[in-house]
Amino acid sequence: MADPYTTLGVPRDASQDAIRDAYRKLAKQHHPDLNPGNAKAEETFKAVSAANSILSDPEKRGKFDRGEIDDSGQEQAPRESYREHAEGGPGRRYSRAGPQSGGWSDADFGDIFNSVFGERRQTDDDRPSHGRDEHYVLSTTFLDAVNGATRRLTLPDGRTLEVTIPPGTLEGQILRLRGLGGPGRNGAPAGDALIEVHVAEHRLFHRDGQDIRLALPVTLSEAVLGGHVEVPTPGGPVSMRVPPRADSGTELRLRGRGVPAHDGLAAGDLYAKLNVVLGAPDEALEEFLRNWKPKNPIDPRRTMREQP
Amino acid sequence: MIGIDVVIAEISGLKRQDLERWISNAWVRPDKSAGGYAFREIDVARARLILEMRDEMQISEDALPVVLLLLDQLYDLRRQMRDLNNAFLQVVPRDVRQDLAAHLATHTR
Repeated sequence: MADPYTTLGVPRDASQDAIRDAYRKLAKQHHPDLNPGNAKAEETFKAVSAANSILSDPEKRGKFDRGEIDDSGQEQAPRESYREHAEGGPGRRYSRAGPQSGGWSDADFGDIFNSVFGERRQTDDDRPSHGRDEHYVLSTTFLDAVNGATRRLTLPDGRTLEVTIPPGTLEGQILRLRGLGGPGRNGAPAGDALIEVHVAEHRLFHRDGQDIRLALPVTLSEAVLGGHVEVPTPGGPVSMRVPPRADSGTELRLRGRGVPAHDGLAAGDLYAKLNVVLGAPDEALEEFLRNWKPKNPIDPRRTMREQP
Repeated sequence: MIGIDVVIAEISGLKRQDLERWISNAWVRPDKSAGGYAFREIDVARARLILEMRDEMQISEDALPVVLLLLDQLYDLRRQMRDLNNAFLQVVPRDVRQDLAAHLATHTR
């Protein structure tokens, strides 16, 4: 390995600031994530980082100057590199075409074969060209995404798009509005508008595929004696029978009250998990409990002590 | 899946408020799960790269979107080239590949 002063291109009496500036300049040029596939840049960057790790630390620099450590004595932790992720399949997450894109379309092939491989060189401007796809982001409420809704999206150029959010739309889903992207030229079709939907969380409902889950507070007497309670669902409140002797944590199912049927999927169910709420102190209840001798005493924490 | 606390602990020098701002700028795009953000390895590596660019290379946060835009385009192209390369290796007979390589070598100088 070369002398770290040579690697960074600074004189031996360079100030710490000069060393830092030299390192920054070289790091910008040779950072491997900014030079993917360039093995030379990667080697240079490693050498520059190693030199910097000695010279940026006045203590280590002093030891090096006095010959107490040598220039190869530096251990470099392996770098977690962005490029290794970004060049593979996971890199689609940050694709300009959106995370759902498969990476290839007919238009890409056209571009590559026309420009890179020169299969059909057409330089004239009067050839038809497909309009560009345009990308937008639309935020929506949980209920609009579950039940479906129509929203008006105003574009930067002043146009408005009528966007139909279909029932059962998921966070991150991309809606394609054919022909509503950039205009095509010379008779070619327009591109598409691609709208990425972001779904806000809901105070009560949690989505679990086609099903919806919610925590349902009930009183002690509703849990023990049963009764009818009103349950909010994405389609509006419905009445549900709580069976007698239900317990906190019991999950009751309302069939078909989850996410409505869509795209060949049957309607999901709504699961209400009972949560017994005792409410304000009640002297009669306390008096009753003090004198209460259960017929079948239980130890609710027994299972916690059992080792699997 | 990796939570936001793990990411902050793993990347030295990264402040929570910075990472949260980068997420709201959509520079880093973790999944959202019921318990908060869920990062994948690529998200962690990207956060680390953004921190290096800002702190070591002194690319200000005003300029970072331009750098990220170009970087994302670069990696899009590299993925496409890789796919194309793999497709060529699988679909195109060896002699045609050799002809193509020879043609590129002589006609692109």
